[in-house]
Amino acid sequence: MLYREAGDFSTTYPQDSQTFPIKFDRYRYYAVLAIAFGIIPFVINDYWANAVFVPFLIYAIAAIGLNILTGYCGQVSLGTGAFMAVGAYSCYKLMTAFPEVSMLIHIPLSGLITAGVVTLFGLPSLRIKGFYLAVATLAAQFFLVWLFNKVGWFYNYSASGQISAPERDVFGIIVTGPNTEAWAKYLICLLFVTACALAARNLTRGMTGRSWMAIRDMDIAAEIIGVNPLKAKLTAFAVSGFFVGIAGALFFSVYLGAAEVGESFGIDKSFLVLFMIIIGGLGSIFGSFAGAAFMVLLPVFLKNVFVGGLGWPTDLAAHLQFIVSGGLIVMFLILEPHGLAQLWRIAKEKLRLWPFPH
Amino acid sequence: MPDQLLFAMEVTLNGLMAGVLYALVALGFVLIYKASGIFNYAQGVMALFSAMTLVGIMDGQIPFAHLINAMFGTDLHHFGWHVPALAAILLTVVVMVVFAWLVQVVIFRHLVNQEPILLFMATIGLAYFLEGFGDLMWGAEIKKLDVGLPQGINDWIDLTTFETFGYGFFIDNLDISATIVAVILVAGLIVFSQYTKQGRALRAVADDHQAALSVGISLNYIWVLVWSVAGFVALIAGIMWGAKSGVQFSLSLIALKALPVLMLGGFTSIPGAIVGGLIIGVGEKLFEFLIGPMVGGATENWFAYVLALLFLVFRPQGLFGEKIIERV
Repeated sequence: MLYREAGDFSTTYPQDSQTFPIKFDRYRYYAVLAIAFGIIPFVINDYWANAVFVPFLIYAIAAIGLNILTGYCGQVSLGTGAFMAVGAYSCYKLMTAFPEVSMLIHIPLSGLITAGVVTLFGLPSLRIKGFYLAVATLAAQFFLVWLFNKVGWFYNYSASGQISAPERDVFGIIVTGPNTEAWAKYLICLLFVTACALAARNLTRGMTGRSWMAIRDMDIAAEIIGVNPLKAKLTAFAVSGFFVGIAGALFFSVYLGAAEVGESFGIDKSFLVLFMIIIGGLGSIFGSFAGAAFMVLLPVFLKNVFVGGLGWPTDLAAHLQFIVSGGLIVMFLILEPHGLAQLWRIAKEKLRLWPFPH
Repeated sequence: MPDQLLFAMEVTLNGLMAGVLYALVALGFVLIYKASGIFNYAQGVMALFSAMTLVGIMDGQIPFAHLINAMFGTDLHHFGWHVPALAAILLTVVVMVVFAWLVQVVIFRHLVNQEPILLFMATIGLAYFLEGFGDLMWGAEIKKLDVGLPQGINDWIDLTTFETFGYGFFIDNLDISATIVAVILVAGLIVFSQYTKQGRALRAVADDHQAALSVGISLNYIWVLVWSVAGFVALIAGIMWGAKSGVQFSLSLIALKALPVLMLGGFTSIPGAIVGGLIIGVGEKLFEFLIGPMVGGATENWFAYVLALLFLVFRPQGLFGEKIIERV
């Protein structure tokens, strides 16, 4: 009954090619946006912003970025953590060098810088494929982390080697630094998530996205039918880098406030984002959100159950968290290799016929 | 001879020894990758887990003591006995075989014919699980592992080099025994894969799954076997690294060091893993010694990867890997 396209006629080309062609889906999307922009900012408090919403939104951007590279273009990357660090450090340098410029300019700029760096590390993908490439991106991971640790210029020669976000604003509203209100943090992340998701969704539906998918499915065949692998692969790296860079900039400036590169942007981050897109679903924008929500909520949930509910020591809870998240990942891969996005698709199919499935 | 050259020689020798240890971990990767096409990220955690189990058995620790204490408010920690090293190693091998069987039955039997990236992700999930499980079972603190291997500086080499060059080389006894063990292990593996029925079956599966099936080799059996062998190799690597720097979380990170070794040597080649390990070991030590001071040190973290990356740009299948043939 829901999700039914009967009676929903497209009379113009723009109607026919819109992002959500089914009316119910479209209204659901508007409703989600209305709740996210209109209601949550008024009821959000510090705990929910810091523990759930802000990390979820930021990881969603990173997951979209990695999904473009891995899910749509088929290039496995294990360097996401370091690429986020590039975003964070360029944001820090921009923030300290141009204090009076709005964050709305700094963050996309850091995204652009990251896009450049990631494209550089994407160059070997033209020669190296599959796991060899995945391991090659580890070179980026370790080299960049080392670089940010060793070269003082990146952290403005601060004594601790840390970078910490100074207070900056958007149209007079403080969005970084210790005095930020919860709703301001939430809204700036939401703003970027919406823009990124919209851009990603439309990129992947068009010419660019189709050439990425052709490369993913079989690069030699794609080359024969006229897809330029150089262009397709490097644009995937660049676009992915742009999103990941934005995520890194937000992660450092809005969420963490102060960051040490090895701790905040280590290899664990790379795997975390990779888990998100695998659990969410490769090659799906919705999946990036679902995976990010899952991986952000899981530790919060487990901690509440084990430490809050059962009163066990925190180190025990940490071990159990490893066990449970590892086990869940394996279980997901066995039961539904295409991730939460596939479950969503199945649910939609079922809902179309419900309540008369025959 | 000038001092610099002597230092460089000493560094090279130490690099060779470190390379042997990298090669040991890489060997486990190659075995599993060849036989089942699974890129086993959990190899490093397997080394950690087996070393923890070994220490736990030797010291008579009660498994899951921490969990039991938290649940029932008891205060358990040790059985109060000590198991001799050899018996403990044998018991650990049994544990690793059971682990291999479980991994096969619970996970990979359900993932046959999935895409390689999914299999890889499953091994990362497995690595997380095993890491948490090992900590839960044996506790997360740093443990000392002593199976009776000689430790400390080798006096004979120190003396001989001092007499010849006027400068004594510092070579750890442990590294020497690691090298000897590694050589024996590799020789054993070669004998196993060339002269035993199981070894031949293993090579057949590595060559072509379907052809192997058609002549009556059980894939399930071979996969359990190869995971067991990889578990055994992990145990050896775990003992060597554990004796060197204690059994602790960082042990699982050597898996990451083994990756560039694999890239350099090729994912499918056992000699490649060994030669790759030696090149990486010597390369990173020499680079740290010669170039490191100029750029602020700690280059060992990334040098191996960058070297492998540059190398792969010129030879995408690695040093000894099978030539990649692609068809549409």
